[in-house]
Amino acid sequence: MGRRYAKPTKGGPGGLSLMSDVRIERLDAFRWIIPPVGGMRVPGIIYADERMMKTMGTDESPKQVANVAHLPGIIGHSLAMPDIHWGYGFPIGGVAAFDLEEGIISPGGVGYDINCGVRLMATNLQFADIKNKVRELVIALFRNIPTGVGSESTLKLSMDEEKKVLRQGAAWAVNRGYGSKDDLARTEDGGVMGDADPACVSDRALERGKKQLGTLGSGNHFLEIEVVEEIFDRRVASVFGLTAEGQVAVAIHTGSRGFGYQVCDDYLARMVKHSRALDFTLPDRQLACAYLNSHEGKEYLSAMACAANYAWANRQMLMHWTAQTFEETLQRSPRDIGMRLVYDVCHNIAKIEEFAIKGRKRKACVHRKGATRALPPRHPALPDLYRETGQPVLIPGDMGTGSYVLVGTDRAIEETFGSTCHGAGRVMSRGRAMKESRNRSIAAEMADRGVVVMAAGKKTLSEEMPEAYKDIEGVVNVVHQAGLSTKVARLRAVGCIKG
Amino acid sequence: MSKEPIRMARPPYRLFEHTADLGVEIYGTDEGDLFRNAAGALFDILTDARLVHAKDEWAVYAEGDDLEELLVNFLREILYKFNGEGLLLKECVISEIGNNHVKGTVKGEPFVPGRHGMNMEIKAVTYHGTEIRKTDEGWTGRVVLDV
Repeated sequence: MGRRYAKPTKGGPGGLSLMSDVRIERLDAFRWIIPPVGGMRVPGIIYADERMMKTMGTDESPKQVANVAHLPGIIGHSLAMPDIHWGYGFPIGGVAAFDLEEGIISPGGVGYDINCGVRLMATNLQFADIKNKVRELVIALFRNIPTGVGSESTLKLSMDEEKKVLRQGAAWAVNRGYGSKDDLARTEDGGVMGDADPACVSDRALERGKKQLGTLGSGNHFLEIEVVEEIFDRRVASVFGLTAEGQVAVAIHTGSRGFGYQVCDDYLARMVKHSRALDFTLPDRQLACAYLNSHEGKEYLSAMACAANYAWANRQMLMHWTAQTFEETLQRSPRDIGMRLVYDVCHNIAKIEEFAIKGRKRKACVHRKGATRALPPRHPALPDLYRETGQPVLIPGDMGTGSYVLVGTDRAIEETFGSTCHGAGRVMSRGRAMKESRNRSIAAEMADRGVVVMAAGKKTLSEEMPEAYKDIEGVVNVVHQAGLSTKVARLRAVGCIKG
Repeated sequence: MSKEPIRMARPPYRLFEHTADLGVEIYGTDEGDLFRNAAGALFDILTDARLVHAKDEWAVYAEGDDLEELLVNFLREILYKFNGEGLLLKECVISEIGNNHVKGTVKGEPFVPGRHGMNMEIKAVTYHGTEIRKTDEGWTGRVVLDV
């Protein structure tokens, strides 16, 4: 028996072309199907539990899953992870793969913050080693890492040097002394995306990028000191470098800053214009796209790769400064602290990857907008060190709740083009969060929960308060039980800096 | 003397909520007024415009295939003045507007952290749900901002 969600709204911002209902049927315990109707070329599938489905649809995100299914060349299903929420054009938490010949690429299917992602570093420290120094560490991190709206880099980057960053990604940072070569193997795709061409990037993007390399940014971005709280899979966790409960780790969540925003903004404008000349109609202007084999499509991919590389260099630099801050504050040697990369994942990206589809090897362009790649053991794209375990998947919670480490599975390759969830997913608008947090000190509430928080913007803490997000436990449980990735470890936050 | 009661001045815009984002509904007596008020809304959302001095003037120009696209592209130009060039603005004059292009000037000064407070960061002006319509009282437009 099908149920109806996504009530039609009148006069809302989505009230122009997105008004029809979406029919959703239950497929099994954690999968819900949107059967193809009208111009949908494939069905939609949402991964969620029953409780999540009851609240879903108030933000029209299921309708967005259906909208994506209209796009030419889509393969399999238009997919959504359990952290799905409303996004521009494509929903956040959306995954869609497109045929290289007949399919499209859409900047809205990647998102504004290109290669927004997470990196997790393990250390040799135990919580007892830093327990009395968390506040000191947070203050020092806040001082050493440029944070907040419009925060500017301490680097003086020339245009030529910036273009090297855009081509080389994390390796650019490593070659200049930020971290070590080992880090590259522990970064998705080695921290560099091919076909990056700075000539496809506007002067505006270059100008913004020059000023912001090596900054954390604002909004939901953070740098967090965490402690391993529970290990679910000891064998895999120890290969990842997470050896025992109480071990200190650091998570960094940020992306390509103003550079990626400008690339997305430039290409969206171009594709909105370009889309008018295409042989199909878009259900939403924000889905503006170009065929993958067109001039516009190829140029976007080359510009997007530049932004992906910028983000990897950015996170590599922030990691280096974090390690230095720990050394200075704790007055201990780098060897003692032993800060090392577990892995770095991106969760806003489109990539050309190879899959066996209906028994035939086929390349496809996978859009992951708020979704994480999750490769199984022995996948050819894995570095040797994770060959037997599968790829580490890093899932940050909302501010101050900590993170999950999962590992990729064969099931993800079979069902979701090797993809899983990316985080908690917003449930409350920023405006409502501001209202609900009035007369409360979010920083004091976080301190009561054992998390020292410092934020550059006074409003950020309110907007990012924990109630504004879906429960990370629920999201992770769905992907674990649905088999898209399995739990390895859970970390809790003890200190956090925000923009 | 007219017996008609004096109507209260309508505010130039109002904000509406949207998951993770911010919607702005803008009003204007004509298209030029609508665009001017849209720029004003953007200035107010970014900062306290009272602290901004109209020291210098810059030209703004945008194109679009229809009025909706034109509004978004115009606001993208205005936003770049802050995000890309570090300028805070307070006054906007529209000198020319058609269905496919708009020309105007904005006044303001460079952003000085510490002197100017930031209200909210606007990351992008989106094309999502953009709407412009003529009403009995003039023009109404809607845009959604990524904040």
